[in-house]
Amino acid sequence: MGGVRVLVGTRKGAFILRSDEKREQWDVQGPLFGGWEIYHMKGSPVDPNRIYASQSGGWFGQVIQRSDDGGETWQPVGNEFIYDGVPGTHQWYDGTQHPWEFKRVWHLEPSLSDRDTVYAGVEDAALFRSTDGGQTWHELSGLRKHGSGPTWQPGAGGMCLHTIVIDPSNQQRMYIAISAAGAFRTDDGGETWQPINRGLRSEFLPDPDAETGHCVHNLAIHPSRPDVVFMQKHWDVMRTDNAGELWYEISGNLPSDFGFPIAVHAHEPETVYVVPIKSDSEHFPPDGRLRVYRSRTGGNEWEALTEGLPQSNCYVNVLRDAMAVDTCDPCGIYFGTSGGQVYASANSGDSWTAIVRDLPPVLSIEVQTLP
Amino acid sequence: MIRVVLPAHLRGLARISGDVLLEVPAPVTQRSVLDALEQRYPMLRGTIRDHVTKQRRAFVRFFACQEDLSHESPDAPLPDAVAAGQEPFLIIGATAGG
Repeated sequence: MGGVRVLVGTRKGAFILRSDEKREQWDVQGPLFGGWEIYHMKGSPVDPNRIYASQSGGWFGQVIQRSDDGGETWQPVGNEFIYDGVPGTHQWYDGTQHPWEFKRVWHLEPSLSDRDTVYAGVEDAALFRSTDGGQTWHELSGLRKHGSGPTWQPGAGGMCLHTIVIDPSNQQRMYIAISAAGAFRTDDGGETWQPINRGLRSEFLPDPDAETGHCVHNLAIHPSRPDVVFMQKHWDVMRTDNAGELWYEISGNLPSDFGFPIAVHAHEPETVYVVPIKSDSEHFPPDGRLRVYRSRTGGNEWEALTEGLPQSNCYVNVLRDAMAVDTCDPCGIYFGTSGGQVYASANSGDSWTAIVRDLPPVLSIEVQTLP
Repeated sequence: MIRVVLPAHLRGLARISGDVLLEVPAPVTQRSVLDALEQRYPMLRGTIRDHVTKQRRAFVRFFACQEDLSHESPDAPLPDAVAAGQEPFLIIGATAGG
């Protein structure tokens, strides 16, 4: 079959965009689950026809959908997310303690080796796992019960576990990120966790170098070098070369080091992409110019990618899960905006076209490169 | 037969077109109607009331016979006209969020 499938979660439903490997002509399917927020959809690397979707809304709560035919048909599976044991409390906006309450699933990360195993990052921050294709969910509570849990507090978007990265060379190792608690790593399949925030500096914290409390926005790795992790933080683009033991800043010549997503080229481990946003309150590109920035040197030296992107009067945002890459050659890069555009580059970012322009605000993008 | 009217979001989720007709043994209450509804459509579990506590979700409302029954006890009998199938039990997504 071949080709590429782009899974788009939006504020009012899901869309699936399909193309052959040339990535010039696109078919648009959707809206699926119209009227619901689709925070994330992702396909199994083991079986690309197995796709999981997080469907939620303020009225009717959380639903998980699963497809076994590449998104043609869907069935609701389990939506019971019960915290393990006594949920406990975390810090609230006013400094008081607030009980952990499940709100929604932000991110679904299918296992790299078993199509029925999938991880869910949820708000209030916790990690769940299903080993039966999403029918039942069990919390990996070693993370939430990590000693710093009561000090975690929500960011403006809620206290969400939004990023899950599995080390392909050792699937016992995973990285996760929580707003606003920071990054954490497990080396034993999720049983125990350690914060990995040394080197991060956040001026909004009383102790800018604190062990936890950092507002990490997104993490990305290249599969060939899983100890090298790139991070887009609330402010600062960061990098670690030793699995999070120490981070250092690679913002370099970016026009702003605030942003949400970060992605790594499929074939070049030192090529990294970010979308600078003006500031923590002005969630739009600097100067009204939508620019993806690419570093071919693993950070610090960044070039603006503008061909095909609006270079005036553009004030959209790109959310943390709304950028992804395919594994075609040349590598394709995709991102979605709060204005409902999905932009694609079939040449590693040199030029861009809008696959679709008028979807609801885009919450997430994932790409499947089909065999 | 009890007649239940679902909001569009939940009709789509359960792949229902039109009203739902349920056989519900007496006494007919919110709880017994919702139990029967979730029995037939398991995908609705957790979307109307909490999985564990069975508390109504905050932005869900229950109407019948021109009355808001949302704050009634889940074990209070529903109006006779609902129990007799003459009037529907309405599950509503509250007007919220503009």
